[in-house]
Amino acid sequence: MTLDTTDADGAADPGTDVAGAGDLELRSLTKRFGDYAAVNSLDLTVPAGAFFALLGPSGCGKTTTLRMVAGLEVPSDGEVLLGGVDITWAKPYKRPVNTVFQSYALFPHLTIHENVAFGLRRQGRSDVNGPVGDMLSLVELEDFAGRKPAQLSGGQQQRVALARALINEPKVLLLDEPLGALDLKLRRQMQLELKRIQLGVGVTFVHVTHDQEEAMTMADTIAVMNAGVIEQMGSPNELYENPRTTFVANFLGQSNLVDADISGRDGDDVVVDAQGAKVRIPADRVQVNDGKVWLGVRPEKVFLASTGEPHTGNSLGTARIVDVSFVGVSTQYLVRMGWGQELMAFEQNTGARPIMRSADEVEVRFNGAHAFVLDHAQDARAGVDED
Amino acid sequence: MSGPAASTATSTETSTTTPRKRRSIGWLLLLPGALWLAAFFVTPLVQLVATSLYDPNGSVEAGYAMTWSWGNYTEALDFYSEPFIRGFVYAGIATVLCLLIGYPLAYAIVFKAGRWKNLMLVLVIAPFFTSFLVRTLAWKLILADNGFVVSTFKTLGLVDDDGRLLATGFAVVAGLTYNFLPFMVLPLYASLERLDHRLIEAAGDLYASPAQGFRKVTLPLSMPGVVAGTLLTFIPSAGDFINSQLLGDTNQTMIGNSIQTLFEAGSYPAASALSVTLMALIIVMVAIYIRRAGTEELL
Amino acid sequence: MVRLGRWVSDHVVAGVGLLVLIYLFVPMFVVIAMSFNDPASRAAYTLDGFTVRNWTNPCEPEGLCSSLVTSLQVGILATVGATVLGTLMAFALVRHRFRGRGTANVVIFLPMASPEVVLGASLLALFVSTAGGGVLGFGTILIAHIMFCLSFVVVTVRARLQGMDTSLEQAAMDLYATESQAFWKVTFPLVFPGILSAALLAFALSFDDFIVTNFNSGQTVTFPMYVWGVAQRDIPMQINVIGTAMFLVAVLLVVVSEVLRVRRERVR
Ligand SMILES: Nc1ncnc2c1ncn2[C@@H]1O[C@H](COP(=O)(O)OP(=O)(O)OP(=O)(O)O)[C@@H](O)[C@H]1O
Ligand SMILES: [Mg+2]
Repeated sequence: MTLDTTDADGAADPGTDVAGAGDLELRSLTKRFGDYAAVNSLDLTVPAGAFFALLGPSGCGKTTTLRMVAGLEVPSDGEVLLGGVDITWAKPYKRPVNTVFQSYALFPHLTIHENVAFGLRRQGRSDVNGPVGDMLSLVELEDFAGRKPAQLSGGQQQRVALARALINEPKVLLLDEPLGALDLKLRRQMQLELKRIQLGVGVTFVHVTHDQEEAMTMADTIAVMNAGVIEQMGSPNELYENPRTTFVANFLGQSNLVDADISGRDGDDVVVDAQGAKVRIPADRVQVNDGKVWLGVRPEKVFLASTGEPHTGNSLGTARIVDVSFVGVSTQYLVRMGWGQELMAFEQNTGARPIMRSADEVEVRFNGAHAFVLDHAQDARAGVDED
Repeated sequence: MSGPAASTATSTETSTTTPRKRRSIGWLLLLPGALWLAAFFVTPLVQLVATSLYDPNGSVEAGYAMTWSWGNYTEALDFYSEPFIRGFVYAGIATVLCLLIGYPLAYAIVFKAGRWKNLMLVLVIAPFFTSFLVRTLAWKLILADNGFVVSTFKTLGLVDDDGRLLATGFAVVAGLTYNFLPFMVLPLYASLERLDHRLIEAAGDLYASPAQGFRKVTLPLSMPGVVAGTLLTFIPSAGDFINSQLLGDTNQTMIGNSIQTLFEAGSYPAASALSVTLMALIIVMVAIYIRRAGTEELL
Repeated sequence: MVRLGRWVSDHVVAGVGLLVLIYLFVPMFVVIAMSFNDPASRAAYTLDGFTVRNWTNPCEPEGLCSSLVTSLQVGILATVGATVLGTLMAFALVRHRFRGRGTANVVIFLPMASPEVVLGASLLALFVSTAGGGVLGFGTILIAHIMFCLSFVVVTVRARLQGMDTSLEQAAMDLYATESQAFWKVTFPLVFPGILSAALLAFALSFDDFIVTNFNSGQTVTFPMYVWGVAQRDIPMQINVIGTAMFLVAVLLVVVSEVLRVRRERVR
């Protein structure tokens, strides 16, 4: 099944190859429930054809954002544009956007075939059997066409929901935690499946999830959302390696954040004073120019050296190991620094050197190109323990 | 909502029209039924309260004067306290009996009937279609002095040799229990049916014995059904007069009989005063009951 | 031992349930038997001989069949009226937010919490005081029946609507259904069983009502009123014929619809 955009009736779309023509654009989009802003002046551009993930903790406004794009919720403020056309006030059935609902919302009184055919019939298409058959075989459910939704497993229902939306050849497909109800194994399998389908049909997918691993494995672009705003947007790699807020640093993976001050500039590097230790960080990884900052280093970027071992990178000084946990592929160390803070360090069990023991004295080192410097005004624990 | 100024004025405006339109549709849908209830339920109640304070010496033909005769109430209560108490006691016993026999039936339909579920449900409702009165007359026959039940009871020594069942409180309560049983079973069925079967399994999984599982999980979760069922049974029984009329005699008169008789005799103010008292008592009891059962959500 | 306990607990409930069901049917058996009764004297309501005469001459007693027709007319009209009004109200209460919802809920609950004598008596007080005793008749019976069936319809349909996920309608709109298409293709088919059972309940309540009707009927006689009238004097066996027939019609209707449903499901 390939989606043939040329026969899309009426809504001609001139030149899909013009850059940005099919982009989904949200401009200072806001939704207030009473005094509470569930989505707060959100700006976002989703490039056409992207697999875009909206990642954030529960209650941060992901569903609300999707619903405004789908037309199921009226924004309090702001605009939604699709391919440059303002659709903020368009009725849901007037938008070339379809949704895979968080709870699937399959019609219980209709068969799988009729569920999938629903959108086509509403658009007045008479030749529904062919496309429905193709779509059901794409999601490998040909044999279930005559059943009712209640007679399918969770994973199968999820695929029906996907087929029911995709068959309409929308410009944007919105997926609201479509894998949330599935068990881990099926979930991983469906992640690959979704990715395969998206590459096949080339439709823009906006995938909402609060599972960071899911977002990172599937999406080309991730927007991390928190408390109604986008914290940071970029490729999975970029977000992980160079987070720009403490929330992103903690929500995606883990981070050690050390209280520090900017002490000056040296060529392309910024010199940071971290509790007495001078460290150098490339300027493009530093978000503020002076004053108090958080110096961030991911645990796997921390290197624990025996004291006195020669080195060229940055050093935070000596520390004492307070806890060692062996997890097979790696060992996780907890070390107490001279100033009392405890930092995490993960080390691959390559076998190149012996595993260290509690109470050993070590020197804590890292490469400046793997660290990041964040504004101190933020809460260092933002995004910790949220999922 | 303190919206930002000029630039967003249009969007704010549009966003509020939709809910307002929905609100007016809500009113529109509600209106016909609401008017009906206002005209033929609320107004009559107000009229009833007014009538209960009319001059008791008036008549339909001559008309009534509003004299704020609170005496109608004290008089009504003086004369009719006995049927009042009897009505509530009979209705209370019938309600408890309905619950005791209705619960197992509803439970069996939901959990044990399997593919016969729909059929059993229909059988519960089917007697409805044979008139209430025709069935009560059938009970009269069953409990008749020369009938099978009485002779069995006599053999078992449950009834004296010259004793009878008809024209006793037993017969009236039995009739009430029988007639209002479906009103108990249906809400119970609905609440048990809605109950998530996995919860009971979960209770079993957590080492609850079936009896504990029932007491700790099934019963509390079916409380809305119990409350609805007991109300739907108690309220009509408390005001009923047919069972007492057909199955009892003058020693079993309930408050419903008194009201009915007074109305037939044309003593509207007294009859109204009794009706208002009955209604008020029931509402107070229902309110206390719902509060204590903690199921205000029921409404 | 454990096995035995298990068997008992599995079957006792079902057994008790069955016994209760039989109890519900005891008077039905008597009604059926009496419909074939050949009474020795008209004054005694006792089982004497066997005859099919009651079935061949159901309309013999004066006024019986006309009262039945009146009851059916009232029942059907009251069912239609109460179902339409009540369904609209249920939609308003579940699907729309507006001021006064709380009050509306209480007013809808109250008729169910009022004893029938009070409902009947208060309506009578209203009719008599505003229009005099002359208005009483078919119209006032109908008004009263729609009034007391209304709450039951609202409650039944509302329960069905509340159990329905609004995301289904949103999904329909997302799939290019306009508001009215979403209603007719998704909402209505899903709520319909609830509306149907509400209508059935309304008909049963109306057809069977005696107390409220008795207050407001004037000269009009419904079937329950006819039975009440003859119960004070001598009772024609034909009322049992009508009772049995109504029962059979109800059971038959349900069995047929059930068979159709099962068959429809098989075909798929
Ligand atoms: N209709 C509503 N009325 C009032 N508040 C609402 C409404 N819908 C959502 N909210 C609030 O808006 C916030 C965002 O909700 P939303 O459903 O968008 O969260 P989410 O990011 O999708 O969360 P989850 O991951 O749990 O699905 C929440 O705090 C929620 O309580
Ligand atoms: Mg959500």
